[in-house]
Amino acid sequence: MSDPLIDIRNEYKIYIMGNEQVYANDNINLKIDRGEFVSIVGKSGSGKSTLMNIIGALDKPTSGKYFLNGRDTSTMSDDELADIRNKTIGFIFQQYNLLPKLTLLENVELPLLYAGIKVKERRIKALESLSKVGLKEKYNQYPNQLSGGQQQRVSIARALAGSPSLLLADEPTGALDSKTSGDVLNFLKKLHSEGNTIVMITHDNAIALEAKRVVRIHDGKIIFDGDTESYATEFQISH
Amino acid sequence: MLQSFKLAIKAILSNKIRSALTMLGIIIGVAAVIILVSIVSGYMGQMVEQFEEMGVNKITIFCRNMNTRHIDDDDMYKFWDEHPTWIDSLSPTVTLSSAIAKSGSDNLDSTTITGVSEDYLDIMKYKVEEGRNLVYADVAGRSSVCVIGSYVANTFYGSAEKAYEDTIKINGKPFTIVGVIETQDEDNFEEGGTDDFIWIPYTVATKMNRNGFINNFVMNSTDTLYTEEITEALEEKLSNVFKNDRLYNVMANSSIIKQLNQSIGTLTAMLAGIAGISLLVAGIGVMNIMLVSVTERTREIGIRKALGARQGVIMQQFVIEAAVTSTIGGVFGIAIGAFATKSIGAVMDIKANPTVWAVLLSFGVSVAIGLIFGYLPAKNAARLNPIDALRVD
Ligand SMILES: Nc1ncnc2c1ncn2[C@@H]1O[C@H](COP(=O)(O)OP(=O)(O)OP(=O)(O)O)[C@@H](O)[C@H]1O
Ligand SMILES: [Mg+2]
Repeated sequence: MSDPLIDIRNEYKIYIMGNEQVYANDNINLKIDRGEFVSIVGKSGSGKSTLMNIIGALDKPTSGKYFLNGRDTSTMSDDELADIRNKTIGFIFQQYNLLPKLTLLENVELPLLYAGIKVKERRIKALESLSKVGLKEKYNQYPNQLSGGQQQRVSIARALAGSPSLLLADEPTGALDSKTSGDVLNFLKKLHSEGNTIVMITHDNAIALEAKRVVRIHDGKIIFDGDTESYATEFQISH
Repeated sequence: MLQSFKLAIKAILSNKIRSALTMLGIIIGVAAVIILVSIVSGYMGQMVEQFEEMGVNKITIFCRNMNTRHIDDDDMYKFWDEHPTWIDSLSPTVTLSSAIAKSGSDNLDSTTITGVSEDYLDIMKYKVEEGRNLVYADVAGRSSVCVIGSYVANTFYGSAEKAYEDTIKINGKPFTIVGVIETQDEDNFEEGGTDDFIWIPYTVATKMNRNGFINNFVMNSTDTLYTEEITEALEEKLSNVFKNDRLYNVMANSSIIKQLNQSIGTLTAMLAGIAGISLLVAGIGVMNIMLVSVTERTREIGIRKALGARQGVIMQQFVIEAAVTSTIGGVFGIAIGAFATKSIGAVMDIKANPTVWAVLLSFGVSVAIGLIFGYLPAKNAARLNPIDALRVD
């Protein structure tokens, strides 16, 4: 268990646009251990989403290596990546990404379904997960019957359902007002205090500071990696 | 799997008009296959039945005799002697043209008068109701006797018993009625119908006809196995006599039935093929809709893949959706096709039943269409990159 959960080595992601090469990720080296709460922060176009896709095993690097839970993802097939996403990562998206035609329960059950878990157990786990975010009673409703904050909580419930090693949140408060944003962030902190590993992507320094460790990227390169206090000091942000 | 079926039904129901239009293509295609195939095979089957009723063993010979080249009854009986195992019975049939038959003062205008041998009864598969059949002695002795159909007996004498041993005058010559034949066709019991006939010995008939030739013969083979050999031997014999194949014709019921059955096969296959093209078009419709459906649901597919759905799972979902759509269409098509077949059959007075193979085939084809034409869109869906798919709004 001494392996870090995330171990990215000399990772490049290069997009070819016409005859121009865009280094969306430019020699990224990043290790994240189990139990950490890390925010990845940067301006628009800095390469955050690109990095999140790599971390989330949604995409493969152009070059370099990515070990997730000790396994090299850069040589995996499409289906192997699907399996590793299913078992190790819980996604929380900016746009919630709930399926509108499924009930909340069915939405939360999805990762369990793809893990091949039997109906009964699936139901129990999904309900458990929904009750963690305080929406157990609404299990039979549809996403469009909920507020934005509630939908984001459902998406957190879905991310938690399969007890993944990593919660990966991409701008989780991007679509929410400041009050509900605060609720969601507090909830993430609570999950962290319960031992979950969380990686949160954001463009907002104030939100980045809610984590324990901040990684700042600029033009595809990591320009800062350290604890929240030193980040606040170095970038002169009031905490 | 079960989950995929539920999802498929949900997806189909969520866009009812579109699904219904897609199914319509399949419905029309399947119904067309069933209607065309069933009606045609019902119609042709009825023709086959008619020939079978006339006797599968029956072989008919038509000749146009002339003074220089002709055959007679002796030639044909000699042919029978040469091939005793092939032939069961033989009768010349001599139609008395422009003969006037009279029962007392009544004219029998519509009655067919035919000169036949004692075997004719068996060949026609008729039975005597009253009296007896013609016998060899009548033929050999050129007796002035006759056997009549039940219509003649009933109409001109009141009943078979009353007609028996009474007389009929043909061209002024009295013939004793020695037998009456059972009614053959109740539905056609009228003037000129099946039961309106008089049989006299053919030897008498040839004498009454001016030229004295026997132009037609009928025979029954002992078994349809010999049909071809008999036909060939007869044609060889007739060809030697007439030297011109337009002057004779040998027609075997069993070969006609065989030919008919062959044409039924070809015709139904052809019609099924034509209707199959409409199924193909329907399949392309299914594919089109599935491609649209995949495009519309790109985001959904992206989410599912991000959450860990393997390619096979996504693929299965869309293939099943296409297959369920076309299967539902197929079932409706079968129902409509079967109903239409019955109605059209009733209107056209044909015993048309939706044939099992047409139903099974079109059902199979509609399921297959779903699978085949759903495959490409499903593959597109399964191959979608989750990142690209998630970016779409
Ligand atoms: N599929 C792609 N093809 C070409 N270029 C791409 C692609 N994806 C990203 N890029 C480029 O890579 C760079 C980094 O993009 P990325 O989406 O990672 O930025 P980001 O930090 O997430 O920005 P934002 O905060 O606006 O979401 C950008 O210059 C972008 O134009
Ligand atoms: Mg981004």
